[in-house]
Amino acid sequence: MFTRKQRLAPEREGIWGEAGELGVSALLTVENLTIGFGDAAPVVDDVNFSVQPGETLALVGESGSGKTLSCRAALRILPEMAQVRSGRVLFPGRGDGALINLMDVSERHMCRIRGERISMIFQEPMRSLSPLHRIGNQVTEVLRLHKNIDRAEQRKRVLAMFERVGFKDPDRVYDSYPFELSGGMRQRAMIAMAMVGKPELLIADEPTTALDVTTQAQVLGLIKDLQKDFGMAVVLVTHDLGVVANMADSVVVMNRGRVVESGPAPLILNDPRHGYTRDLMAAAPEIPATPMDKDKESDRDYILEMRNVSKTFTLKGSSPWKPRTVVHAVRGIEFGVERGKTLAVVGESGSGKTTCARMALAAERADPGAEILFRAQTGGETVDLQKLDNADRLAFQRKAQMVFQDPYSTLNPRMRVKDALTEPMEIHGIGTNADRTARAVEMLRWVGLSENMLTRYPHAFSGGQRQRLSIARALMLGPTFLVCDEPTSALDVSVQEQVLQLLEEIRDRLNLSYLFISHDLAVVARIADEVAVMRAGLVVEQGPPDQLFYNPQHPYTKALIAAQPEPDINRPINLRIVAQGAGEPSSWPEAFRFDGLDTPPLTVTGPGHKVRRYA
Amino acid sequence: MTTLPDGRYVDDTPYERDTGAEVRHAELDMSNTRLLWLRFKQHRLGLVAGLFLLFSYLILPFAGFISPYTPNERLEDYLYHPPQMVRFFYDGKFIGPYVYETTAQMNLEEFAWEYVPDTDKPARLEFFCEGSDYRFAGLFKANTRLFCAPEGATIFLWGSDRLGRDVFSRIFYGAQLSLTVGLVGITVSFVIGIVLGSIAGYFGGFLDWIINRVIEILRSLPELPLWLALSAAVPSHWGPVSVFFIISIILGILDWPGLARAVRSKFLSLREEEFVRAAEMMGAKPGRVIRKHLLPNFLSHLIASATLSIPAMILGETALSFLGLGLRAPAVSWGVMLNDAQNLASIEIYPWTAIPMLPIIVVVLAFNFFGDGLRDALDPNRS
Repeated sequence: MFTRKQRLAPEREGIWGEAGELGVSALLTVENLTIGFGDAAPVVDDVNFSVQPGETLALVGESGSGKTLSCRAALRILPEMAQVRSGRVLFPGRGDGALINLMDVSERHMCRIRGERISMIFQEPMRSLSPLHRIGNQVTEVLRLHKNIDRAEQRKRVLAMFERVGFKDPDRVYDSYPFELSGGMRQRAMIAMAMVGKPELLIADEPTTALDVTTQAQVLGLIKDLQKDFGMAVVLVTHDLGVVANMADSVVVMNRGRVVESGPAPLILNDPRHGYTRDLMAAAPEIPATPMDKDKESDRDYILEMRNVSKTFTLKGSSPWKPRTVVHAVRGIEFGVERGKTLAVVGESGSGKTTCARMALAAERADPGAEILFRAQTGGETVDLQKLDNADRLAFQRKAQMVFQDPYSTLNPRMRVKDALTEPMEIHGIGTNADRTARAVEMLRWVGLSENMLTRYPHAFSGGQRQRLSIARALMLGPTFLVCDEPTSALDVSVQEQVLQLLEEIRDRLNLSYLFISHDLAVVARIADEVAVMRAGLVVEQGPPDQLFYNPQHPYTKALIAAQPEPDINRPINLRIVAQGAGEPSSWPEAFRFDGLDTPPLTVTGPGHKVRRYA
Repeated sequence: MTTLPDGRYVDDTPYERDTGAEVRHAELDMSNTRLLWLRFKQHRLGLVAGLFLLFSYLILPFAGFISPYTPNERLEDYLYHPPQMVRFFYDGKFIGPYVYETTAQMNLEEFAWEYVPDTDKPARLEFFCEGSDYRFAGLFKANTRLFCAPEGATIFLWGSDRLGRDVFSRIFYGAQLSLTVGLVGITVSFVIGIVLGSIAGYFGGFLDWIINRVIEILRSLPELPLWLALSAAVPSHWGPVSVFFIISIILGILDWPGLARAVRSKFLSLREEEFVRAAEMMGAKPGRVIRKHLLPNFLSHLIASATLSIPAMILGETALSFLGLGLRAPAVSWGVMLNDAQNLASIEIYPWTAIPMLPIIVVVLAFNFFGDGLRDALDPNRS
């Protein structure tokens, strides 16, 4: 065995032979890294990878695979309870370029490396910026700490960097607070902060997961551009193979703390060898390459119909004498959910899709003049959700239920599964205790869980299982109509696939109708019979999936489709199309342009296909 | 490990597809309460403090049994008697616990009474003997005591006070009031705090505004003068028990704003959780949502915060009684006992009259450690 000092001596060429196999002059090398908590089995187990200068390495894996811990270990910002059990992280020192082991250097030395030579971008742009400091102030801090330059020069550099990351008015951004910027803008500010010290290595931990697809595409494009300009290396942590295909030069696939496959990106994406990588590739949702045939019915039987539905919120002005702001969350919605079919509403955050869902469940009242009609049975009585009294509302709630987005907050942590499942029947006073339990057992079986889980608490379940429980709870009252509010967006791809399958199965078995809210076109492509694309409270394009995906008319729809990262290295994101459609509605081509409240009408362009444009 | 010729690495260990099958884990089947207990057990100091408090509350009904005298029993010949030592060996022989009889003598140089032990006559303590009557747990008449001094001798473990009453016995009797005042007070403040806090947090709007303003007004009042004013308003002819209840209610009324604020902010964040929205969409009424979904989710936090505020109540009672405005004789509490120790000169000459400070310090510390342990157990993310 070598002592540490011997191993680190740069002149001992022979020892570096091993590392040399991974890469002759790797910038960052992680060797045999093992991290664990307490006495438990390691959560990162003997991980090896290396990053070449200027290349992008993608760490791919599902949640809990140890990808974030592995790259945080490189900066030594692990949670306090984590123990590094073995391993080295090698990084060339300043000056002679002799490799140093970051696991051994002093905390002071580490502070000089962080931010200046290795910097990091985090997932949540809102939480990684201090809400009390101006953006410019926070970004300049990097220069104050690491570079010995005067204030004027600091400001100049920061402004230059702001311009580089795509802020149109750098001076204004310099003086604004994080809450004044949108999520994408904040992430750009984070990138500026990470880049202003001109680091050699950028670690990006799920930098675009919290962003809308179009913003994601633009932020990824920006990272790529900057990387080319500054010649830095990037470690990209992500769960999305589509992002990997667009960004990475080499890939490390992790599963349950182990590296299962690693190598150049084209090799791995085109020809995965390991079973896990194959499963991941298979589970990644994709917009199918050829149109699917869906049988068309001329006679439409709507279970829920929205006519002329708008919703405005009035916000208080910043001070009593300032006028109140009126926000048009949803404007002039006209669509219906067919019985036994799925209507998908797609849009970015703030497009009004959740407001639509809440109105469809009578949890929110639309502006006067709207009609939201619900027909429980074919040819049955029609209820207008706008005019429900308390008894009608209870009756309606038995027929219409909701599946929520976040599996971790959808179940009460203090209620056993049995209590959570029987609660709807208890509220509506249906059946005896035995009836309720019997029904709960049946529902559990339907969603693929076993009966002996009845006595458990939610904390005993994984995200996917909780989402199944949430579906089971929604089914307890025997509804005919389900609103699914992004039911899969918080799940890992493989689990997402299973939950979607379950939803389809149940729909066909019970002849349920879904209103499916999502921001992910690929998920929608799979489950929807009709798709409505929303932007700024308006439906901009609506039609069956084969029309919408293969013959998109609206620039925004085109941008959404183009921005969808596909796990295919030969289909890179076309940023030009994204930029064209994802901008403000006032920047769209003349025929589609919105002018304040003045918008083009929904024009029928084909069978069942409507586009918001001037004829 | 396999490194393929094209530079790629593939892991050799057999790969099993994760089918999302159930994970059997003893921990997963446990209820939250049980997990909480497992974590609390790790906190040694908290555990010891908790056991100590449990013990202290359990012996309250037995105060009469343990103490050799009743609280207001005066031994006129033994004013300001210093603590007596319990000895076991006499003349090199073990004869069991005994004390010496003492007689009072005037020290003419210092002009103070001195108690001179009669070292020739060891007076052995009696066990399960009969003393003066007391009420067991305040209900049954009894007169059996754990130990008492034999005829002619006295047993003042911690000395006697200005009227010749045994400090040791009085501390046990005082504990009955001093320890329970915190519980009554915290109950009052809990009820008011939870009701108003949940109304403010759940319904919001105008009610929230009103409740917040009331809280702010109560918070802005200076505490000590307010206590004084309120307890000065208690009619002086009321019996000790009514005064005790009024004092604890006063303490509770002044304590609820902090709790109400905690409840309100917790409600504001919890009601955004999806399980609350799910319950509302199922048709649950506000009362049900609050009872079934909101309260259980932070009751344990409330209990922890309550444990941390009981000491404030105990100290409040002590402070009031010390100033002569809380409980009054013949009621016995630690604060009332300290009232006798107000005079610096008397503490200097008779330091044992300040002994009631010790149980106060110990109990307050124990509550703090216990509350700390609970809080840590509730928050598994903190190391």
